[in-house]
Parts: sequence; structure tokens; C-alpha cells
Amino acid sequence: MYDVTSGASFQDPQMDSPLPPTAESELPTTAPLGLWADTWRRLRRNKLALVGLGIIIVFMVIGTTQVIAHFLDIQLTPYDPNEVDYALSPEGLGSPPSLDHPFGTDYLGRDVLSRTIVAARVSMLVGVIAVSIALVIGLSLGPISGYYGGATDAIIMRTADVFFAFPFILFVLLIMTVLGPGYANVFIAIGVLSWATYARLNRGSVLSVKTMEFVEAARAQGASDLRIIFRHVLPNTMAPVYVAIAMGVGGAIATEAALGFLGIGMQPPNASWGSMIANYLTYVPAGSWWMELFPSVALVLTVFGFIAFGNGLRDATDPKLKE
Amino acid sequence: MGERLLEVTSLSTHFYTHAGVVKAVNGVSFSLDRNETIGIVGESGSGKTVAALSILRLVPDPPGKIVEGSVVLKGRDLLALSEDEMREVRGNDIAMIFQDPMTSLNPVFKVGDQIAEAVVLHQGKGKREAAQMAVELLARVGISDAKRRANEYPFEFSGGMRQRAMIAMAISCNPEILIADEPTTALDVTIQAQIMDVIREMQGVYNSGVIMITHDLGIVAQMADRVMVMYGGRTMEYGTVDEVYYNPHQPYTWGLLGSLPRLDEVEKQRLTPIEGQPPNLLLLPPGCPFSGRCPYERPVCRETFPDLESVGPDHGVHCWVPLDERLAIRASLPYFAASVA
Amino acid sequence: MSLVEVKDLKKHFPIKSGILKRTTGHVYAVDGVSFTIEEGETLGLVGESGCGKSTTGRVILRLLSATGGSVSFDGQDVMNASHGDMQRLRRDMQIIFQDPYASLNPRMRVKKIIGESLRIHRIGTDEERLDRVAELLEIVGLTAEQGERYPHEFSGGQRQRIGVARALALNPRFIVADEPVSALDVSIQAQMINLLEDLQDQFKLTYLVIAHDLSVVKHISDRVVVMYLGKVVEIADSSLLYDRPGHPYTEALLSAVPIPDPGAERARRRIILEGDVPSAANPPKGCVFHPRCARAQVDPCTVAMPPLESTDGDAGRLSHEVACYFPTRYAADGTATASTPA
Repeated sequence: MYDVTSGASFQDPQMDSPLPPTAESELPTTAPLGLWADTWRRLRRNKLALVGLGIIIVFMVIGTTQVIAHFLDIQLTPYDPNEVDYALSPEGLGSPPSLDHPFGTDYLGRDVLSRTIVAARVSMLVGVIAVSIALVIGLSLGPISGYYGGATDAIIMRTADVFFAFPFILFVLLIMTVLGPGYANVFIAIGVLSWATYARLNRGSVLSVKTMEFVEAARAQGASDLRIIFRHVLPNTMAPVYVAIAMGVGGAIATEAALGFLGIGMQPPNASWGSMIANYLTYVPAGSWWMELFPSVALVLTVFGFIAFGNGLRDATDPKLKE
Repeated sequence: MGERLLEVTSLSTHFYTHAGVVKAVNGVSFSLDRNETIGIVGESGSGKTVAALSILRLVPDPPGKIVEGSVVLKGRDLLALSEDEMREVRGNDIAMIFQDPMTSLNPVFKVGDQIAEAVVLHQGKGKREAAQMAVELLARVGISDAKRRANEYPFEFSGGMRQRAMIAMAISCNPEILIADEPTTALDVTIQAQIMDVIREMQGVYNSGVIMITHDLGIVAQMADRVMVMYGGRTMEYGTVDEVYYNPHQPYTWGLLGSLPRLDEVEKQRLTPIEGQPPNLLLLPPGCPFSGRCPYERPVCRETFPDLESVGPDHGVHCWVPLDERLAIRASLPYFAASVA
Repeated sequence: MSLVEVKDLKKHFPIKSGILKRTTGHVYAVDGVSFTIEEGETLGLVGESGCGKSTTGRVILRLLSATGGSVSFDGQDVMNASHGDMQRLRRDMQIIFQDPYASLNPRMRVKKIIGESLRIHRIGTDEERLDRVAELLEIVGLTAEQGERYPHEFSGGQRQRIGVARALALNPRFIVADEPVSALDVSIQAQMINLLEDLQDQFKLTYLVIAHDLSVVKHISDRVVVMYLGKVVEIADSSLLYDRPGHPYTEALLSAVPIPDPGAERARRRIILEGDVPSAANPPKGCVFHPRCARAQVDPCTVAMPPLESTDGDAGRLSHEVACYFPTRYAADGTATASTPA
């Protein structure tokens, strides 16, 4: 039995020898630049991730302004997204993209560009709210599960397994029946169902961080378990969680769109990308492709942006990945 | 000693990183004869491991590069060989034992197979014969019940046994030179004593030269005939162990010797540590790497690295402090005042 | 009354295997360890890996629970102390860790790391705490400005100093130093050793220094406890340890430590121990050392572990206890006598 006193430091690979590591390794490593500077440097080299980041920023700007606009009840789009104008929809098939209406108009003569922009609000909200709920639950249960181990761990992780196994749509419908049909409930449903991912991810890191000496040091100073878990352990387990958040926001947006496509959540005349995609589908065979295209592209591009950035972030924070 | 086996001249290995150039090894020269053990001693950042890896051309390229020098093994410059030729040298003419035997032994292969593989590769023996040799080698390095052990995996071996297995692998092809890089740092001291014994014994049997790389001045005193003290990529002092330990001329060597607690000290003496921090290899001065920490430095030290000064038969030092001044300073050091007999 | 009294301390770790995680055995990491530490002294605890020295240190501080035995600090029972009592005890008993890279939270600023215990025990106002942290940084040889930085911006030796500052924050009386210098460069080790000694003088500290490096332990300690496979085999005054080791394991250990002196090395008589350290999950019956001992006899060495008994150390003035049936005894002039059984 070895005296387990040598814990690997956070970013370094595990060391196996029973006796303490001797001073810094001989092969020259560069001085650490700072906690995130190194990650940023590696990220900068990943073109795809940077594109993703750009998309995310554009999306966040548009989404945030739309949320504020909705809250203040002002219009920040070229046209009123709900303004019906039959003149712009000959034969009820809308009008194709033009200089006045770059994305064209839909079958009610509403400007597709404005509708697409406004719908970003919904996606923004679902990304933020759903992931926040999932994080609050997941980052409480995950560390507790990992830190205490034993029965607590077993119970929490098996519960997480249930959530993983649950058919998603079914669960959302369940929640909607309980909470009511409001679209906010969709966000809550998605959030509540996603906590398991963050909890499990986090728990894995917690298992290794809790054995590190600085945790023992905190205990030696009389720190309570709560303090240790949330002040010492949790902050050191966040790196993979940030990646999961990026992916998770992308996933939440896609999920909301899928639900919207099925008619759950956002009801007309309020626009969400998913419901727009559903509504405009029937007009495509008739030749009105633009109504379907632009919200679809917006959705795909946004989700792709989050996922590409998330992938890049994961590669950039992986200490073992050779540059 | 014996014939000259290895002659390293002005070896320099640099690492090109995004943060700058690291001159890990900077103009290092030494030689090794048959049946001789040379200790290369230094702390972290001294360049001792990189120097050893450079001899075997195992430095990862990029970012490392051997930029200068020659490594002559019995008349052949290893730095001029092709990779194929070099592969024949590794394990065959020069073998290396690493610090952590767990990561140097492949965990998914049996120990006997790993040793046999080297034999098959270099000596062209058949598999059966090689397996037999592997068992003999394990027994020779002191592993009891060698036949059974050869069929086991590394995780079934203790740390000391794994290191013995590494030595067995290293000597399997009768290398002329054995390089041991901190072979016992991860081991308990009683096991360390066993391993040192095995190395010494194998050296006697095979008449090889041994390069012992370590930070432990005690091991060097125990094992080596000659010693080279490195700091920040440079050679600071070299000579026979008696010369360097009893007649040291470099302030860094004085500092090292003075900062060691001795098991055999009769009266407790306060240690005289070297002040300051280990060198930052990215920010080395053009001159002596010890400048900034040396209590006796002068302006020239930072600018230019001193040439080799011979202070005795086979005893050289690099230092700008003039000889008579050096001797006076040394006489006043508590370490020497107490122990010079 | 000694400051720290350890009596028959035991710590056994259960080995669980199988799907149902049944306990199939135990690792007898610490198996009946007793010693005392006087106020103001430095006790060294030495042994090789698996001997249980680090575990002992942690159990003393109640970072691990004990399986048996007792630990008392200044008369107070540590093992069974209430939460409130334990919080008070923690202010007097602190620890310095071995690994300067893992013992500091990489996400906390140094000043927060050092001042955390003040916060936990609700000592002083925010401003007073900042002052105290600045003071501590200077005591260990760093500057107050360096408190703003993160651990990764410091070298190994500096991080170790930060660990020392953290341990001193609450003004403890007793500090357990678990391998305080093993992870440091040789030239930095001496700085740390001197610092620890200076701090001991300045703050009247009592130390338990746990280490595997005998030279360091002998230098810094007043008395030394030698452990092997969970048991104490010898306790000697530091000055006696090198010249008059009583236990065969101690002799082997001493002879294995290389001395940085070529002449002394050549002149030494070396005792090489055969074999490896047995597993603490399966300790030998009788004396734990007998399988590797040159003096072992079937009776009594394989029957029962010998008790720690006092030998005649230096005319009885200095303490010297050995757990062996055939300890080496020394005449007044230092020559060894009768190490073989009758």
C-alpha cells in the first residue's frame, strides 16, 4: 500500500511513482502564461472554432437585443414581424427575396428577415434559461455525488441514468401537462432534463480533484464540507463543463426547434425558428423556397457555431493533446 | 582506465518554443572510458537529461534540435549517422535506463518478451533462444524465480524489480555504454542500494562505461570515478570525484556541497544554502547561468561564459573569479573550514 | 505531560473487492504505533514507502480517522473530540504538505490561500486579515505584493513557502511537516530547512517531520522514530542514530544512504537488504522485519512482534528504544557488542 500523498497538479498528467516527484521536469516546458491565456492561444489556431465563436457572438448580440426589445416592447427589426400585408403575398405564396425584403415575405406578407431575427429571441432564451437550470441542478448534485461517494453517489447517479434513459419528447410533454402550455415551460423542461449531463461530467472531475492535496489542506484548516466542495473542488472541475455548456446551448436551441416543429411551445403568431420551419414547409413544393430556407439556415448555423466552438474549446483545454 | 569509448565535444541542444529559445544544453564536453563511471550531476534545468537524450538522439524534434557539437562513439560521430544507423546503436552499443520504470516498460507485454525483443532485434537470435536469454538476464540482475517472472507483466513487479528488469533489458545486448538517468529517484533507499549494486556488478561483467545522471551528490560519491557538475545547460566543473568533492573550484559546487545535510555530521551545522531560485531557461544570461545567484560574481560573469580553466590533472572549471581569490574564499566557507583535513 | 501523545495507534484500510464490495482484507498501514512529542522539540518520523509514516501524520491531525489507539494533544483527546473542540484543536495543529504543486488551489490567489483559515475561524476583520497575510508572506521570505498572484506563477520552493505561511496563519503550536523538502531542488531544500528551523525558534513551534531522506531528518530532528511496515522499530536521539543504531533495519537503512563524500563512501561497510518490502496487507507473523533480517531466529522472531524497549543510550541520558529481540548494544566507547543471539 502506498502512502497516497502525491497528487497530480491540475493541468499536469498523473504521476505514478510512490515517492514525491522531484523538481520540475528536465525537458524544458514553457512557463505557464496564465490560467486562460494558454487556452486562448491554442484556440486562436483553430480556424473552425474561431468561426464558431464569431457566429456565437453575432447570435448573442441579435438575441440579446431582441430580448431587450421584447421586454421594452419596441421594435428593432426592419419591419414589424407580425404585420400582415396581403399585397406582398400574391396567391398566398409570399414574395421572393428582393431589395426591400432580403429574405422575402411569407404567405401572409410578413417580412421573413424580421421574423427570423425576432425568433432568435426564443433561441437565446432557451439557450440561457435551459442551460442555467441544468447547471444549477447539475453543478449541485454532481459535486455532492462525487465528493461524498457511497450511497449518495449511487442514488444521484442512478437518478441521472433515469434522466438519460427517458424518452425526451415524452418527458417534455409530461412537464407541459403538469405546468401548462406556456412556452416558458418548454425551457424549464429542457433544462430539467439536461442536468444529468453536467452532473455526470462534473462528478468525474470531482472524483480526481477531491484527492488533491489542496483539498486536504483546506480540511486541515477546518473548512466545512460545503466550503470545500464549492470553493475548492468545483472551480477546479469547470474546464470540461465550459465545453459542455457550449455544446449544451447548441443542443438546447436545436431541441427547442424540434419541439417547435412539433407544435409544442411557441405558438403563432410568435415566431420561433422551429415553428417557422414547420409552418413554411408546405409552401416549398409550391415553389416558395425562401420562407423555409432562411430560418433553417439560421438554426443550423447557430447550432453549428456553438458546437464548433465547443469542440475547439475541448481541444484547446486538453493538456495531453500535442500541438 | 581503458579505451576511450565516448567523446562529447561542445554539445548544444536548443528547444524552439513559442515562448522563445531554450538552450537546454550549451557547449557541453566530456569523455568516458571503458570500465569508468562518470556522474553528471545537476538540479532541475541543468540540462543533464537532455544531454543524455542528445547522445542517443532521442530529443523530440521539433521542438528540440541538436545545433552544435559532436558525439564520437569509438571513432564514429553519432550526430552524423542516419536514423537507421542510429537505431542500431540504441540498445546495442548504448543503452539507457530511465527514471520511472513503470512508464518505460510497456504494461501490456510480458517482461520476458520485452527483453527478448531487444535481443532478437539487435543480435538476430531466434525467438526461443532470445526467451532463454531473457530468463538468464533476469536472474543475473538478481530477480529470483526468473523463469516464472519472465512470464509476468510489469504491474506484477515491484518498483525495484521493474528497475532491475530495465537493467536486464539494457544489458541484454552487451552495450559498451550504459546511461542511467536518475535510475533510483523513485525508489526507496534500501532498494536504491540494491540497484546501484546491480549496476556496478553489470559494469564489471560487461566492462562497460556508465554515465550516471543524478541530482544526488551521495550517489555520485558512491558510484562515480569522475563527475561533471552542470547548471543551466552549462558545464560548471568537472574532474575526478576526489578532486571535485575535496578541491572544488566553482562557487556553484561550493554551494551544492554546503547545502547538503550530512548523515555523518558529528556536530550540527547550520546549512549554507544557495540563495535565489533555479534558473529560468527562457531568460538565461549570455554569460554564466549562475550569475544572479552567485555571491562572488562580477560584471563580466553575466556577459560572457568563462573559458575552461585547468586547475589540476583532469580537473577543469569555468569561473571568472581568479584562482588565488577563489582559494581564499573557499577557505573561509564554513563547510570547508569544518571538514578540510 | 508531553504535547502530543500517541498510544498504540492503529489505522487499517479495508480492501474491498467483488461486486458487493465485501471487505476481503485489510491494509495494516499503522499497526500499534506509540511515541510522544515534547513541546518545542522536533521529532523525525522516517521510513520507506509503505511504512505508514504519512498515514500516522494524518491520523494525528485527524485528517483520517483512527481504527484504534489514541492521540492526545496537550492532554485533550483528539480522536473523539467534538466538532467544536476539533475546530479549536485545528488552530493549534497544522500541516505542511509535500507536493508544492498539488497543495495549493490553482484557482485561488495566494493571499486568499494563506488567509482562508482566518476566514474559516472568523478571526479579525477583513483589514486585519490582510495585514496578517502580508505579515505571514514576509515571515516566509516573500513580499506582500506576491499575494496577489496565483500559485502557478511561483517556483516550487516559493510555493512551499506559501504552504508554510498558510500553516502559520493561525499561530499553531504544533506543525506536521509531511516530506517538506523532497519535491524541491537540492539547493532549495537547504533554504527550506533553514527557514523551518528559524521559524521554530521564532514562534516556539513543535514539529513532527515526516520524511524518507534520513540525512534531512537527522539534521533537523532532536529525536527520530524509525518505522517499518506499520510498526515502530526504533526511537533514538538524533545524535545516537548514526553512531549507535540498535535495530537491524535501522542499520541497513543507514548504510544504504549515500554520503556525499567519496572517501567516506569507500570506507563504509554496506549492508544490503535482500528482497522487497512485503505488502502491508499481508504482514509477516511475528516481527515484521524477520524475513529480511540477518539475525532472525525462528523463536522468538516469527512468534511475536518484539516490544519497544529502552536500551542503554549514552549512560541513560539520551532516549533510545529498540523493538528487537537481538538489538545491537554499544559499550561506553561506542563499540558494538553482542548483536547476535546468544
